[in-house]
Amino acid sequence: MTLFDKIWNRHVVKQIEGGPSVFYIDRHFIHEVTSPQAFDGLRKRGIGLARPAQTIATADHNVPTWDQHLPIKEALSRMQVEKLTENCKEFGVELYGLGHSYQGIVHVIGPELGITQPGMTIVCGDSHTSTHGAFGAIAFGIGTSEVEMVFATQCLMQNKPKQMRINIEGTLQEGVTSKDIILYIIAQISAGGATGYFVEYAGSAIRSLSMEARMTICNMSIEMGARGGLIAPDDTTFEYMKGRKFAPQGADWDQKVAEWRQLHSEADAVFDHEIHIRAEDIQPMVTYGTNPGMGIPVTGSIPEETVLEEKERPSFRKALDYMGLQAGKAIKGQKIDYVFIGSCTNSRIEDLRQVAQFVKGRQKADGVEVWIVPGSKQVEAQAREEGLHHIFEAAGFQLRQPGCSACLGMNEDKIPAGKYCISTSNRNFEGRQGQGARTLLASPLTAAAAAITGVVTDVRDMLTAN
Amino acid sequence: MTIHSTAVPLENENVDTDQIIPARFLKATSRDGFGKNLFRDWRYNDDDEARPKTDFVLNSPVFSGKILVAGKNFGCGSSREHAAWALKDYGFDVVVSSFFADIFKNNALNNFLLPVQVNDDFVQNLFDTIQQNPAAEIDIQLENQTITNVSTGEQAHFDINAYKKTCFINGYDDIDYLLSIREEIETYEQVIGY
Repeated sequence: MTLFDKIWNRHVVKQIEGGPSVFYIDRHFIHEVTSPQAFDGLRKRGIGLARPAQTIATADHNVPTWDQHLPIKEALSRMQVEKLTENCKEFGVELYGLGHSYQGIVHVIGPELGITQPGMTIVCGDSHTSTHGAFGAIAFGIGTSEVEMVFATQCLMQNKPKQMRINIEGTLQEGVTSKDIILYIIAQISAGGATGYFVEYAGSAIRSLSMEARMTICNMSIEMGARGGLIAPDDTTFEYMKGRKFAPQGADWDQKVAEWRQLHSEADAVFDHEIHIRAEDIQPMVTYGTNPGMGIPVTGSIPEETVLEEKERPSFRKALDYMGLQAGKAIKGQKIDYVFIGSCTNSRIEDLRQVAQFVKGRQKADGVEVWIVPGSKQVEAQAREEGLHHIFEAAGFQLRQPGCSACLGMNEDKIPAGKYCISTSNRNFEGRQGQGARTLLASPLTAAAAAITGVVTDVRDMLTAN
Repeated sequence: MTIHSTAVPLENENVDTDQIIPARFLKATSRDGFGKNLFRDWRYNDDDEARPKTDFVLNSPVFSGKILVAGKNFGCGSSREHAAWALKDYGFDVVVSSFFADIFKNNALNNFLLPVQVNDDFVQNLFDTIQQNPAAEIDIQLENQTITNVSTGEQAHFDINAYKKTCFINGYDDIDYLLSIREEIETYEQVIGY
C-alpha cells in the first residue's frame, strides 16, 4: 500500500458502483474569492454549514499589502472581503481576517497554526492547496461548486487518481533550493505531465529538507497538472508541529505521533509511474516562458524551436513573443525591473531569513523595485523580531504586509505591462502579475541575487564571492 | 442528450484559467455575467472592447458555435470555477480537447459544460476540418459517448463515468445526492471518531 492509499481508504464513506467515491474531508480552508457563491448556494437550498468547526477562513487574495488597518480602497475587493466576514458570521466559521494576528495566505497559516496534520484530507477553493501535502496529508484544490458540497455535507465525490512517485536521491549543490527542485521536475515532465496523478515525493534529498522547503515542492504539484503532492511525515514533520496552536497536546500528541509513524508507502507499494532524479543534476532554475514547465538552468539558454514538435511551435512562439525573449539566447544577464518575494510558494520565515542573510551588506540595483510580502502576520512578526526588516530596508527592499499580492495581482500589487519581474511565486502565465507583465519564476535566493545585480544572475557566483 | 453544432477552433496548448478569465474579474460575488470577459486579454487590445484583436478566434466573423475545440491541457492552473462559468455564459456547451486539467474538468461537469476528451489525431483532424470549412458540424451523443466529425464521418468514443453521465443528462446535482445519504455520512463520522 502507498501512503496515499492508506489515507484515501480511511476517508471513503461509500463507493458508488461505476462512479466516484463519497470522500470525507477533515479540514476545509476558505478565502474571499471562491467562497461567496458557495455560501449563496447554501442560502438558496435553505441549509446550514454541516461542520463549521472543521472550516477555517482567512482573507488573502484581495488584501492590500500596505496600511491594512485602513478600509480597503478598491470597492470590489472591499466588498468581497466584507462578504466573507458576513458569511463567516452567519454560518459560524472561524475567520482570521484582516487585523487578526493569525491572518495570512491560507496555505501559510494552516501549517503554522498546526491545523494541517498528517493523515488528514484537506481541501480549499484554491489550486495550491497541494501545499499541505508536505505533512503527509491528501490536500487538493477544488472549485466553488465543490466548496458548496463540502459546506453542505463535509464530503466530495471523488474518483481515485493514478499514483506517481518522484524519487530524488543525493545532495543538493550550494545555492540550489527546494524551489529549484520543483521547477526542475516540472521542466522535465511539462506543465501537464502529471495530470490525473497524485504524486508522492520521496528519496534522501526530500527527507533532508525542512518542512517549509517541503511545502514549496508540494505547493507547485498542480503546476505539472497533478491533483496534489505529498511527502511521508517523519521526525522533521513532528518537530515542526509540536507545540503549535492547534496541534494535539500532551498524551494525545504522543498517541498521534505513533499513528502518524505508520503513514508511509510500504516497501512493496506499486505506483502507476515512477521517476528518478539525481539531486546533483539540479541547478538554480529560472523560467523564460508563459507556463511553469518552461524552465531552464540559470546557466542555460532558451531552447531553439527546432527541438520542439511542429504543433508545439505556435504556442512556444506566442510565449516568447509575449515575454519579449529570443529562442537560443542565454537567460543569464536578462534585465529585471521588479523582484517579488512572496506567495504561498515562498513567503515563509526561512525564505525571508535566507534572503536577508544573502542581502546583508548589499544594495539593490538602481531602477529595480523589490517587494517582500510575508505569508502571514506571524511570519511578519517573526521577521521583525529577528531584525530582518532592518536588513531589507538597508538594501532598499520593501517589507510589506501579508497576502497573495503580486502572485496574481488581485490587489494593487501589479507589475506594469512589458516589465520583467523575477518572482518566487508559482505561475508565469500571461497577465498573471498584471496585464502585459512578464514573469520569470525562480527561488528566493535567485530572486535576491537579481535584485542586487538588476539582471538574471547565477546566485552561486555571488555565494563564493561573499 | 445530443449536441449538434459548428465549432470554434482554439489551437493553443496549455490554455490556463488565467487566460480564460483573468483574476481581476474574480471579484464578483455571483455566478453571472462572466461571459463578456471570457479570454478578455486575448480578445481586446489594451482591455478596450472597441479595439478587438482581429486575429483572435472569438473575434473571427467566420467561426461560431456551441463547441470549443482546444489544444491539449486545457484549463490548467488556477481552480477558479469562474472559468467554467465564463465559457458556459458565453454560449459554449462543450469543450473538446486531447486532455483537460483535472480541476477544470470537475468544474465543467458541475456546471453542465461537457468536457469531451479524445486523442490528439482526432482533435487535429477537427482543427483541419473547421479551418477548411467553418460551417462544418460536430455531433455529440452523450448516451452513446460518441463524437462525430460530420464532414469526414470520423467518430470517436469518449469517457465519462456512469454517475456523472446520469447527473448530466438529468440535471442532477452532487449536493442533492450527498444530502440524501446524510445518515451514512454521520455514521462514518461516529465510526472514525469525530
